[in-house]
Amino acid sequence: MTVHAHGVGSAPTVDIALALLAAGAVAAYIAGVVISRRRGRPWPTGRAVLWCCGVAAGAASVIGPLADAAHDSFVAHMTTHLLAGMVAPVLLVLAAPVTLALRSLAVTPARRLSRVLGSAPARFVAHPITATVLSAGGLWLIYVTPIVDAMREVPLVHVAVHAHLLLAGYLFTAAVIGLDPRPHPSSRALVVAVIVLAMAAHAILAKYLYANPPEGFAVADVRAGAQVMYYAGAWVEAVVVVIFCARWYRAAAPRAATAP
Amino acid sequence: MTQPHETSYSARNLWSGILFGIGAIAFIDEAVFHQLLHWHHFYDRSTTEVGLVSDGVFHAVSWFATIAGLFLLADLRRRHALHWGRWTGGVLIGAGSFQLYDGTIQHKVLGLHQIRYVDDLIVYDIVWHAVAIAMLVAGIVTVVRTRRSVAQPSEA
Repeated sequence: MTVHAHGVGSAPTVDIALALLAAGAVAAYIAGVVISRRRGRPWPTGRAVLWCCGVAAGAASVIGPLADAAHDSFVAHMTTHLLAGMVAPVLLVLAAPVTLALRSLAVTPARRLSRVLGSAPARFVAHPITATVLSAGGLWLIYVTPIVDAMREVPLVHVAVHAHLLLAGYLFTAAVIGLDPRPHPSSRALVVAVIVLAMAAHAILAKYLYANPPEGFAVADVRAGAQVMYYAGAWVEAVVVVIFCARWYRAAAPRAATAP
Repeated sequence: MTQPHETSYSARNLWSGILFGIGAIAFIDEAVFHQLLHWHHFYDRSTTEVGLVSDGVFHAVSWFATIAGLFLLADLRRRHALHWGRWTGGVLIGAGSFQLYDGTIQHKVLGLHQIRYVDDLIVYDIVWHAVAIAMLVAGIVTVVRTRRSVAQPSEA
């Protein structure tokens, strides 16, 4: 085992800043729910619970015991990736934060927000293909470049990688099962294609890592981590596929069955 | 509004079955041969790069197919358009073709892994492919025989 520059408490300011960011995200969402309800528009409590769980999953990937363990254990490293890149995005997307923001903001900022979201650059990054490239491609980039080493040496790189995984994961999940309104909805065939592609890229990378362990981790540890990535990742993906199919099932209901 | 639906429901019965068949056989492969028996290996040093890609794509397709196949099945049921015979034929075709592809291309050509790491592998290979071909043939026969008897969608 090599000794790393990062020890417990070596970057307390970063940890505090991240904890405050997470607390701020929860506070902002709850404030949105309160305002929306005061205006007479109900908001399901379940969504607020999803949001809190999503923020907690994202936070656990960068602060706390699991994040500390990720510097030496590949299984822990992979678990933080699953939390930041897959579990947290699914929970956050299902909390429909954009819809809540549009309901609870004042008219002017709400209009500004919807104008920004409808702008060409925002639509480009939110497009299913871009989101897939950012999410799955970014993950590949970590392991075929020295980023994987830098993550263990420099705490900020570790945080930056997880921020990227969370944001790209959010974009991808929102593109395939988003509840928030989208100015230009994508075709179902395209969404099916990107889901399958992203799942395949994930499974291929897991086996690639199993076969080509990154330096500095024990081989047995990497193999265990690669299997965590392959199997646990598949279950999160299954949840996404179930939600996608359930959405189709509801939309495709025969007219006779939906009539009152 | 009955005419335009008949053919599409016939195809939907078939596709629902094929998707579920691919998913079910991939699930059995994973659960029984990888996890329970440990005959198959997660990774084999003989695996080519194309093999890794093929394995990943089929992993993704089979997960998606299982879930999508079942949702299509539920859709056919609520439309009273489910034809179990045709659906089962689809399942056999999906399962048989996946097993045949897995046994020939993935195991042999792409060197993904063998059925079992033993001396008399040939016996396992013969049984594996015989089962695959039997499922495929049974599926094709069933689908051809049910071609004309697909349930009409009722207007309930």
